[in-house]
Amino acid sequence: MADSTSQSRSRDLDKLLLRPGNLVGSTFEPGTQLREDIKEIVRVLVIGAGGLGCELLKDLAFSGFRNLEVIDMDRIEVTNLNRQFLFRLGDVGKPKAEVAAKRVMERVSGVDIKPHFCRIEDKPISFYNDFSIIVLGLDSVEARSYINSVACSFLEYDSDDNPREETIKPMVDGGTEGFKGHARIIMPGVTPCFECTIWLFPPQVKFPLCTLAETPRTAAHCIEYAHLIKWDEVHSGKTFDPDYPEHMQWVYSEAVKRAELFGIPGVTYSLTQGVVKNIIPAIASTNAIISAVCSLETLKIVSGCSKTLTNYLTYNGVEGLHTKVTEFVRDKDCIVCGPGVLIELEVSITLKKFIDLLEDHPKLLLTRVSVTYRGDNLYMQAPPVLEEMTRSNLDLPLFELMSKTPTDIVHVTGAAGKGDKKQSCSRKLRVVFKGVGVTDMDMAGGA
Amino acid sequence: MAEPKVKYDRQLRIWGEQGQAALEKASICLLNCGPTGSETLKNLVLGGVGSITVVDGSKVEVGDLGNNFMVDESSVGESKAKCVCAFLQELNDAVKAKFIEDCPEELIETNPSFFSQFTLVIATQLVEDSMVKLDRICREANIILIFARSYGLMGLVRISVKEHTVIESKPDHFLDDLRLNNPWQELRRFTETIDLNTTDAVVHKHTPYIIILVKIAEEWANTHGGNLPSTREEKRQFKDLIKSKMITMDEENYKEAMEASYKVFSPRGIGPNLQKIIDDSCAEVDTNSSDFWVMVAALKEFIANEGGGETPLEGSIPDMTSSTELYVNLQKTYQAKAEADFLVIEQRVRNLLEKISRDPASISRANIKSFSKNARKLAVCRYRLIEDEFNSPVQPELQKYLTDEDYRTLQEANSLKVLPENTAGGLYILLRAADRFAVNYNKFPGQFDSEMDEDISRLKTTAVGLLNDLGCNSSALSEDLINEMCRYGASELHAVAAFVGGVASQEVIKLITRQFIPMSGTFIFNGIDNKSQLLLL
Repeated sequence: MADSTSQSRSRDLDKLLLRPGNLVGSTFEPGTQLREDIKEIVRVLVIGAGGLGCELLKDLAFSGFRNLEVIDMDRIEVTNLNRQFLFRLGDVGKPKAEVAAKRVMERVSGVDIKPHFCRIEDKPISFYNDFSIIVLGLDSVEARSYINSVACSFLEYDSDDNPREETIKPMVDGGTEGFKGHARIIMPGVTPCFECTIWLFPPQVKFPLCTLAETPRTAAHCIEYAHLIKWDEVHSGKTFDPDYPEHMQWVYSEAVKRAELFGIPGVTYSLTQGVVKNIIPAIASTNAIISAVCSLETLKIVSGCSKTLTNYLTYNGVEGLHTKVTEFVRDKDCIVCGPGVLIELEVSITLKKFIDLLEDHPKLLLTRVSVTYRGDNLYMQAPPVLEEMTRSNLDLPLFELMSKTPTDIVHVTGAAGKGDKKQSCSRKLRVVFKGVGVTDMDMAGGA
Repeated sequence: MAEPKVKYDRQLRIWGEQGQAALEKASICLLNCGPTGSETLKNLVLGGVGSITVVDGSKVEVGDLGNNFMVDESSVGESKAKCVCAFLQELNDAVKAKFIEDCPEELIETNPSFFSQFTLVIATQLVEDSMVKLDRICREANIILIFARSYGLMGLVRISVKEHTVIESKPDHFLDDLRLNNPWQELRRFTETIDLNTTDAVVHKHTPYIIILVKIAEEWANTHGGNLPSTREEKRQFKDLIKSKMITMDEENYKEAMEASYKVFSPRGIGPNLQKIIDDSCAEVDTNSSDFWVMVAALKEFIANEGGGETPLEGSIPDMTSSTELYVNLQKTYQAKAEADFLVIEQRVRNLLEKISRDPASISRANIKSFSKNARKLAVCRYRLIEDEFNSPVQPELQKYLTDEDYRTLQEANSLKVLPENTAGGLYILLRAADRFAVNYNKFPGQFDSEMDEDISRLKTTAVGLLNDLGCNSSALSEDLINEMCRYGASELHAVAAFVGGVASQEVIKLITRQFIPMSGTFIFNGIDNKSQLLLL
């Protein structure tokens, strides 16, 4: 039962990429050219080299992709080894991205994986624009939100407010918790972005401080009392570090004392770690399942070799096995993937004044703002060298800095939100200068 | 903490040390170690199963380098089982890994007793004929069997075991066992010591909702001939009654009481799932009964006698606004009742064991306690022989999975290439047709580029024949799907194998730990639009 292609490494994948089909995407052009393009031209960025990231790198490498990059700020821990199959006990302490990239390259010849051992915010926005598609294997809402805002900032709309296809940066996002998970595809401007459906990720419930201080009832209340109140009382000025076993041990023993005082059962060291570090249980199988869907969808988006997921899959393996596909819809007024927040300005306004304005803008509430215009840094908060170089722009009129363009898109990055809920983000602004170029009539139409 | 405990921390939080101990005792056999089999075992080795035995008679080919992570360039020409086994061992040295360089189909034919040594057999990429034979062998030896198959963009996972019983099903959402609609004497007495009409505002807003609801339910019953609210109007009035007791509108405990008032309205007694279990003929125990069914028999007696129609109390309460003292005392009241109920169950279990001439101590206290606590959440899963499913599937179900009128009309009217909702049913039939095809033509449909057109019409004929044999209407089969199946040409794509392997390993874990509920029916992965389905055939 041998075939001419049986001696080829792409024996199985070729069936999918070289043969025509009826249940495929509209862009599908089967053939060796497609296979070569996936190999040579397509560049995929994987965000996170943890439980999902390890699987994603392997699955993508076997889906014909050769140019992969991976970014992760974490180092390998012993608790990763029950699922992050690219790591061994001897790797503990090493950067995840680097070890993961090395291991996959060792076993899948021809694939090139460039690791980035850093925070996602450390990369310039332009870094993310170099990829054909971004695959997210993250465990935090904040990080997803940031990458989403970055990918959406590349999106441009034409004069009819339709997204320009060449500016769409597709994303595939996965997430797991225990036996449950989700996978989704985000085509900014076409399908809902992360922010359009942010309600799918409700904020974590925190215990009221008065409960912790006055009426503790559960083991978790005793632990959080020791962690959030007692620690500061006893160790004035010393920050609690959950990665220091002595710190954790102290919180544990204080929690035990408090629990005994009130007659509350159930404080254990393991629970203390779980509560303090907000540990999400994680197993290999769910990560494998969700990553497989994400990789397959990545291949489909890039090649058109089959229908794509529209647009959100939930998975639950607790009781039997349930999968559900939901088609969510875009939020037309989304400030992240919409055509941009409209800002009307006087021509005389300086860059400094413009930045101040964003802080008070009810939709934006942006602080520590950096501004770029058509790829040029108008003002950068960091690093210090760039700050110094761009500082002189602050007193110049923005209109001048934008070469007197009456209306255009300006990108800003900064911290959004109020109080302690601030998080990094990138926003697209549609700046319009009053009384120049366009008449008031035109503007009404464009806004 | 010792290193293994740290390593397994994230999963111990799911299945606990008992679940982990069960995994570490398990001995697992894998048939065929292509990507589907390798990925299944990878997830289990990482989790720390006791031992694995990889059975595969083939040598590594260049083509395998494109879809199997456990082989590399240096493996070409070597035994695949040996290479895969070596890589798996590298992942976790606590696992005893061995391999057998033998063809699984031959083992099934010539050495059926081979399989009796394992806890569980994972059979990957087997065709229909071998599946049926292996299933008979494992059923006879009472070995848990799980089939996993990847085929192009589709996949199949099917569990086969006569019976699997679960005590710790750990459901996500399950009504807590508070007995607000049927409080026992000690709970009533406890609530009698509390005065809802206290003028002390601090005490008032720290009275837990359990007490509020028990007292208000009693007040209601006294003025309603002993009945609890049942109509929509009565339920509204009941909530108004709660509201009327509030001193200020921001009392969290009273808000919680209103939200939890449905617990007062919910019916007393046991649910339909448990009713089915205690009505099962296995609950009539004899010497051959398993521990589970002996305990079910004891439970049945308890419900009919001491329980007064209820199960033993679970004994835990959720967190709620309360003073520490009241909450802790309430918790003790629930725990004391749970303990008392457990002791009754235990005595009944011991008596039953004696009655069926077994050692009364042969079921441990810990097991009976867990059973007593989880009595409302028991699960029994039974699986048909695969042969029976193949020969006589539940016909109306199958027809339902195949038919989708909306889609057909839509497609004919607009010639739109939308996928039917029930694609999974079509994929199931076509996978079976592909196996029949392979028997007839000694190759899979679409295996060779040059014979595509011929294979498409042959596969169609085969599938129509199969459907006729099963008594189903064959007109529901989509041409596009037949074409798609030939396009796959029996390829084993890595990402599909990773999905199927992920599902298979998850089910293995549920079966071995005896926690959570394994899937029923035949799972069909639909990698085209991800509308996968469990077929109950």
